[in-house]
Amino acid sequence: MNTVCVVGASLAGLLTARALRSQGYAGRLVVIGDEPHRPYDRPPLSKDFLKGAIGEADLALEGEDEEPGIEWRLGVAATHLDATARRVTLSDGTSLAADGVVIATGAAARTLPGTEGLAGVHTLRTLDDARALRDDLGTARRLVVIGGGFIGAEVAATARELGLDVTLVESGPAPLAGVIGLTMAQAVADLHEQRGVRLVRGVQVTEVTGTDRADGVRLSDGTHLPADVVVAGIGAVPNIAWLRGSGLELGDGVLCDEGGGASVPGVVAVGDCAAWWDPVRSRHHRIEHWTGARQRAVVAAATLLSGGTARPEPARPAYFWSDQFDVKIQFIGHARDADTVTVEEGDPAGGSFLAVYRQGDRPVAVLGVNQVRLFTRWRRQLETAPVQAG
Amino acid sequence: MIPACPLASLPRGEALRLDVDPPIAVFHTDDGEIFAIDDTCTHQDASLADGWLEGCEVECPLHASRFDLRTGKVDAPPAKRPVRTHEVVVEDDTIYVVPSDAPPNLPPGVTLKGEA
Repeated sequence: MNTVCVVGASLAGLLTARALRSQGYAGRLVVIGDEPHRPYDRPPLSKDFLKGAIGEADLALEGEDEEPGIEWRLGVAATHLDATARRVTLSDGTSLAADGVVIATGAAARTLPGTEGLAGVHTLRTLDDARALRDDLGTARRLVVIGGGFIGAEVAATARELGLDVTLVESGPAPLAGVIGLTMAQAVADLHEQRGVRLVRGVQVTEVTGTDRADGVRLSDGTHLPADVVVAGIGAVPNIAWLRGSGLELGDGVLCDEGGGASVPGVVAVGDCAAWWDPVRSRHHRIEHWTGARQRAVVAAATLLSGGTARPEPARPAYFWSDQFDVKIQFIGHARDADTVTVEEGDPAGGSFLAVYRQGDRPVAVLGVNQVRLFTRWRRQLETAPVQAG
Repeated sequence: MIPACPLASLPRGEALRLDVDPPIAVFHTDDGEIFAIDDTCTHQDASLADGWLEGCEVECPLHASRFDLRTGKVDAPPAKRPVRTHEVVVEDDTIYVVPSDAPPNLPPGVTLKGEA
């Protein structure tokens, strides 16, 4: 293998490039990124960076003395792939043929239909998004956040800490209910309300009002919430449109085997754009967590270098964290697999607790809220038990 | 030299946080070696003594960067800079730490108490 082309210059792309080097690949290594920036860390964009506690230099993912011999092609997007020929076409009209292709194009924030061209309406995915939102929040008084997922809950918390009047609109019964289950989501909702976030639940947004600039949000029950800034945190879609006609099998992401190999030899996919086969659940699915990209970069590199003969270790259960206010939320596993959830330490009303989700007697997920030390012990137990992937 | 604790009170696989400025974490590995490093992760304010000790490495309890207890080096992001390592002396069944005089690599927003 003489040339490997990594398409995507964020966490998954950088770490796969680095893993290729550490696994002995010495050939040409080209990394393509549609953003003009060197790889940066996205989780702080909704937290410390938005708050102004850290700057852009702090977001860099590369160390000072790092030299993995990468040829960077930044500010150009990949527009087409011929998977069989492993030729990548770029937005500047050039193309690049490679012996191996790593697809790490991530996902894009879903936008609210009908808000195109309306100032004051934001999504948050990239550094440029975060700069724009930070600037807009600086002069705003009232923020409405649409969607109570991670981005929505974190932006709501950060804006509240910045002193804004914040309303979070969630169409379900509580923020994060889809991932941590309703009982525990209620406890997290309480933390937000105690810290001054107004929660509106069980309603849909029908319209963002305003002519040139958003001035509010209309809800399905007829309520109008005035707003100076609106943030839509309504999920992300995998960046795979450029792969139509490539010859690769696509679904909700690039369909891959359990080692990250795509449907055509010499092509692997990793990160938010990749739907790996989950042998435990017998289906493909995407893992949109930071730690998932980190673990799978190493596996994908081995798959590419071995021509698909490397046998991956069983995937570790998904681990993620979320910082909201002074609260460190940590979660591992799958709440949906559980029939019971019990608080085993602390008290949800006190803002510090640990809950264990079980299927029968078997722990399948753990939630820690300001319980870092104890959570680590549980995480270790779940990660070393050879039970559930994904 | 700072006295940390009696050797017998730090079993293998365990860690101890010393409340000095900045805090120091002392680890007793499963192989019986004792190491001391700065306790605060260089990425964000997290106590490495709360982390996952495996061999001669500790994984940050929040974001999973791993630090080598022997060299202080970090394996992968989000942390980029190494932690300081400190010399450990065991004398008369007591663990002592000789703090490094190198400047610490504290994360953004964390300062020495004396400079706060």
